[in-house]
Amino acid sequence: MKYMLLIYQNEAGMLATSKEQAGQILAAYGAYTEAMKKAGVHVNSNRLRPTASGTTVRVANGKTEVLDGPYAETKEQLGGYYMIDVPDLDAALSWAARCPGASHGTMEVRPIWEM
Amino acid sequence: MPPENDQPARQAAAAVARRSYGKLVAFLAARTRDVAGAEDALSDAFAAALADWPSSGIPSSPEAWLLAVARRKMIDASRRRRSHEDAAGYLRLLQEELEAAAASETQIPDDRLLLMFACAHPAIDPGIRAPMILQTVLGFDAATIASAFLVSPATMGQRLVRAKKKINQAGIPFRLPERADLRERLAAVLGAIYAVFSEGWSDPAGTETRRRNLAEEGIWLGRLVVALLPQEPEGLGLLALMLHAEARRGARRNPQGEYVPLADQDPQLWNTPLIEEAEALLLRASRMGAVGRYQLEAAVQSAHVVRRLTGKSDWAAIERLYDALAAIIDSPVVAINRAIAIAETRGPAAGLLALDALAGDARLAEYQPYWAARAGLLARTGAQAAADQAYERAIGLEADPAVRRFLQQRRAQLNDRSDATQFSA
Repeated sequence: MKYMLLIYQNEAGMLATSKEQAGQILAAYGAYTEAMKKAGVHVNSNRLRPTASGTTVRVANGKTEVLDGPYAETKEQLGGYYMIDVPDLDAALSWAARCPGASHGTMEVRPIWEM
Repeated sequence: MPPENDQPARQAAAAVARRSYGKLVAFLAARTRDVAGAEDALSDAFAAALADWPSSGIPSSPEAWLLAVARRKMIDASRRRRSHEDAAGYLRLLQEELEAAAASETQIPDDRLLLMFACAHPAIDPGIRAPMILQTVLGFDAATIASAFLVSPATMGQRLVRAKKKINQAGIPFRLPERADLRERLAAVLGAIYAVFSEGWSDPAGTETRRRNLAEEGIWLGRLVVALLPQEPEGLGLLALMLHAEARRGARRNPQGEYVPLADQDPQLWNTPLIEEAEALLLRASRMGAVGRYQLEAAVQSAHVVRRLTGKSDWAAIERLYDALAAIIDSPVVAINRAIAIAETRGPAAGLLALDALAGDARLAEYQPYWAARAGLLARTGAQAAADQAYERAIGLEADPAVRRFLQQRRAQLNDRSDATQFSA
């Protein structure tokens, strides 16, 4: 089954970390991604630019409305994701727990709805 | 068709339903991860049996017959849906079917433990785990479960549907957890089994066959866990606890059907083989060096039934065991029993003090054992009026008529005594 591991974290806190810490975190993510690839579970993954770079779009009454900023103001923000292919939820949960994001934020594990 | 032909077929179907329902659901669900689909297919298969068996006779292996029909129903249903996820389950089912055809007398594998682990998975809401096990492993309908767990049938039905959907869509596995997670996940399974047992235990008169079966089913599930995970001390502890309780079933009522409290029970009426089995299990568990809630509770039972040998419960041990229990679980039941033990070791006034310490707990306002314990201890300290009031609350909160009558008798004795005191004064 394919799962999306969504990484939620406090973006302001992350942006405020020292260069050295940020380097460490990046290296941890690099190792994590590599471990996933070696285990043959990695489908794809990406880091997202901060919510300030986001733009929301919606069409109401035939009119396209474009707004600066994220969809919702929350305490933790979606900062990136991994898509993995594993046998079951337990496997997905154990990969989610290994993600550096799990220790400085929250991971949400969502099964992919195959179309 | 004439009803007299219908009867044996109905009975045979009902017998298989009772005996093998959970095994068949587990087998189908473990291969498709579709619990609701497995239940639907099985209920179709039971309906087919009722239609078919009266004319064609009861098959030599009713279980295999039902499984074959249910499997076909599931395959048909997934063909109709044709989604990707279903296709994998569908192929697995087909493969199983081929294997079964190759060896016509195959034993149906018992996947009930795996089904329980799926129902008690951490991704499933804790409150719905025991109800799920009751429904999927034991085949209880949502209305019966709802009444046992004091929620409306519609609410229970919705929560069960949601939980089954979660198992399916989130990909909750049907297998034993990894070593590192086993203890924690097992605790959830054991909690659900204990809830099943307790539900059956709550019908001490044994008048309701359905409920008595629940206590037996709880023990049966406990044995299953012990057989499959013999190195897990808490599994052994839970089985020991349930066997201890079961051993005293016959002594809980006198021949007139009146309630007999543990302290007044005749040890001759206790079931010695069950007690000995429980003691052996507890000893085995204690050698594994990982104490837990169920082992402690079973040890309390053990300290009570030592009375059959020594003539007296070991109250000092009971107090220590409840101290240990109170340190690991926050439960008014434990706190009340601890107070009762303290009353035995240090006198009723000390017991009352321990009960007073609980007074802030809002749960106690509606909790009969608290008021009954309080009434008993107040009576022993001579506080008649307060004891009378506490008995009244206990009586008002009790649902079991036999226990209610018992409490009313105690209350009447209290008033007799106070009358006697007045006369002698």
